[in-house]
Amino acid sequence: MPAKPRIRLPQTARIGEVIEVKTLVAHAMEIGNRRGSDGNTIQRLLLHTFEATFAGKEVFRANLHTGTAANPFISFFMKVLGPGEFEFTWTEDGGAKITERQPLNVT
Amino acid sequence: MNSSRKRICAAALVVGLSLTAAAEAQQSGDAIERELETYRSMLKADPWSNPGMLDVDRGEALWKTPAGPKNVSLEGCDLGLGAGKVDGAFARLPRYFADGDRVMDVETRILWCMEKLQGFDRLKLITRPHPAAGMPVRDLGGIATFVASRSNGQPFKAAFTEPREREALALGETLFYRRSGPMDFACSTCHADSGKRIRLQALPVFSKPEEARNSVGQWPAYRVSTAHVMTTQHRIYDCLWQMRLPEVELGSEVSVALISYLVKQAEGGEINVPGIKR
Amino acid sequence: MKKMPAIAVVLLAAIAACGKTYAQQMNVLDEGAVDVLMRAAFPKSRGEWLSRLKGDETMRACSNSKGAPSAEAGRAIGARERATIRYPSDGKLMGDWRRGEQLAQSGYGLRFTDDPATRATGGNCYACHQLTKQEVSFGTLGPSLLEYGKIRGFSEAAAKTVYEKIYNPQATAPCSLMPRFGANVVLTIEQIKDIVALIMSPESPVNRP
Repeated sequence: MPAKPRIRLPQTARIGEVIEVKTLVAHAMEIGNRRGSDGNTIQRLLLHTFEATFAGKEVFRANLHTGTAANPFISFFMKVLGPGEFEFTWTEDGGAKITERQPLNVT
Repeated sequence: MNSSRKRICAAALVVGLSLTAAAEAQQSGDAIERELETYRSMLKADPWSNPGMLDVDRGEALWKTPAGPKNVSLEGCDLGLGAGKVDGAFARLPRYFADGDRVMDVETRILWCMEKLQGFDRLKLITRPHPAAGMPVRDLGGIATFVASRSNGQPFKAAFTEPREREALALGETLFYRRSGPMDFACSTCHADSGKRIRLQALPVFSKPEEARNSVGQWPAYRVSTAHVMTTQHRIYDCLWQMRLPEVELGSEVSVALISYLVKQAEGGEINVPGIKR
Repeated sequence: MKKMPAIAVVLLAAIAACGKTYAQQMNVLDEGAVDVLMRAAFPKSRGEWLSRLKGDETMRACSNSKGAPSAEAGRAIGARERATIRYPSDGKLMGDWRRGEQLAQSGYGLRFTDDPATRATGGNCYACHQLTKQEVSFGTLGPSLLEYGKIRGFSEAAAKTVYEKIYNPQATAPCSLMPRFGANVVLTIEQIKDIVALIMSPESPVNRP
């Protein structure tokens, strides 16, 4: 059973408020330089893109590279313009995606 | 918490840089430890972003989800405080369990419950039980990390009053000082003198309770160098590997005895897991 | 030692709680019992690996005294261990300091994932000692060896001391933390000579900071 990504949003938010969104995802972020015990190079496998949409619109995007540590922690700020749901997508080399959704409670 | 976030990022960056930079030895070792301590205290204040929490979450899901040939969850598992009671259980382990007629630490007890309640094959669970670098901790270790985290903030208070528990302590202490293998190492070779280090890695001291109290409570710990949570049984397995001894079996009396000794030495020390280690 | 009844054991533990080790409180552990439990804990071990679980006579004396043997026991250890020392057949105590530095840097060998056919066992000296000034990643379990040869005037006597120390530190320091690199066949005599050169040679960076 792989670990679910962690998403942290404030309990509630007001329209116009700037909130911090925190994410933490489990991923080895294999850079492709390490060697296994058999002496062979372990193949690169990274999450190369992180995208966040809110109410269907993109609000944050990041390109990740070999310098990003395993189990990446990414946070960003957003001004709340209305109610909606966040959708977070991490895309891996090769195209596989990890997706999480979480609604924001807007008062 | 803009400044706090920046400080966490800055600390993480500094930790990352200082972990890879070569610097004057004494300053380098101390500087790394200072930055790690800053990062640790930030995580203690707000543990949410501790990468080990991903395995705590996973462990919690595994505890609650029916699994194994018998398709039951671990919620019927008695960790010493009654079936399913997780909070505070880790703080009272290792302890003697009458149903197994032996002393068990948290991982040995979870192994027991996975075998007896869920019907898993014990041999499969103890074969290659620990993750390689870059791989996440396995299910048993993830569950143990979750259980341990439910004692956070509590002091180690395993009673060690039962005769078998005291036997485990006696064995653990004897093993701690037992020298053998081609390098003539005992645990005490590296862990019985204050202020020493191997290369640039500071060594925790377990022979002195006042020092043991500061270190044992950080395990299970997330190791930055291997990007996974290392449980206490894994930590001991890895020590014995480095000591040029063979592969110790998960849940063996020897492993439980050593853990018993460490926990007794750390009595009263605070539990704060997953810790962050190099 | 015979196993005592459970109640007596608990009483003994309660009475003798101050200042005694758990083992002394328990009065139940003996070497045979510990050996049995050790073998059970390493079920996959065979042959030479099994023998690693039990120390020899000297190590048992050190284990039982927690590294602080009596004067008499210390003398016995010294005599026993000194007798194991073998010297180079060519009479030269110093080899190549460059190879010595490589050996001092290498922690490879003798672990259950290591393969002697692929890579030689190293001495791992930097794990515990400072040697050259340039290497800042050094341990402190042992004393600094920076300028060791220079301080002692590069004397033949000092070189012999170093050789013997590496071959079998128990000969002069009973229950020393340092491994018996020669006597335990961790390093070959040629390798020990290379490390002696690293520490004692006037050309070695250890003596030219």
